[in-house]
Amino acid sequence: MIKRLLPLLVFIALAVLLGAGVLMNAGRDTKAIPSPLLGKPAPDFALPVLDEPERVVSKADLLGQPYLLNVWGSWCPACRDEHPVITDLARSGRIRVIGYDYKDEADEARRWLAQFGNPYALVIVDADGRAALDWGIYGAPETFLVDAGGMVRWKFVGPLTPEVVQEQLLPQLEALE
Amino acid sequence: MRTWLAALLLCFTGVVSAAIQPLEFHDAEEEARFRALTTELRCVMCQNQSLADSDAQIAHDLRLQVLELMREGRSDEEIKAYLVARYSDFVLYRPPVEPRTWLLWFGPAVVLLAGAVVVTVVVRRRAAAAPALPPAEDEQEW
Repeated sequence: MIKRLLPLLVFIALAVLLGAGVLMNAGRDTKAIPSPLLGKPAPDFALPVLDEPERVVSKADLLGQPYLLNVWGSWCPACRDEHPVITDLARSGRIRVIGYDYKDEADEARRWLAQFGNPYALVIVDADGRAALDWGIYGAPETFLVDAGGMVRWKFVGPLTPEVVQEQLLPQLEALE
Repeated sequence: MRTWLAALLLCFTGVVSAAIQPLEFHDAEEEARFRALTTELRCVMCQNQSLADSDAQIAHDLRLQVLELMREGRSDEEIKAYLVARYSDFVLYRPPVEPRTWLLWFGPAVVLLAGAVVVTVVVRRRAAAAPALPPAEDEQEW
């Protein structure tokens, strides 16, 4: 009896294995690469400020208070979808939001901010995208949470949604406070 | 309308070709090393392409970075470590052998071995169950 059922049992075992694989990947964005920076210090950088190109902001200048680094570009349609969420977050005063203008034209960036509103406490500019490599940035939008000591606490790839803020970011902020 | 569209498209191709310039190599040896290295690396944006094949902007930036690191005299292993520190093991087509990846590396061999064991057991059992004498119609001509 067991012998006759054996093929069926093997089949069921394989089906369960494959089903588990599918389910484990169902809720996950397979395009999002896990960041090796989590729990490690943010990379060193020195980038000009959008509105004052002669002023350079470095990693040390941002220490002392946690901040959310939001990678965006005027060329990026998903950043437009995300913009209201970032604006709400900045207005709530829960966290300092810093814009990271990635591979963009300064004029276009200014026009974009003038048109949709500027939620950022500060916008730093990485025009050629070279400094972004140190952050492991590979597109926009991406968002990093950096604590007061300069450690990367959280990263999200893709547009922030109210759900992501509620379920992932706010618990992270509470842990910081 | 059509000429206008064509003109617009031409504008875009102009911009794109200006932004993505082909890399220039010092010599054939450098080019061969660069090609070998970038085909071993996975593009972070279009994950089914190698860094050598991808047209994504980030792939272009990373290729430029790889070439610069090569010119700084870094070894292939150092360049891979540089990328792994920023983009995780994801960029490697051949991830390192460590407890976390044992199943990935040795799983297929284990499954193959299990299959071989099952086949051996089945064959032995059948051989034992089979009659020792040849079938009666053995002398039949084919």
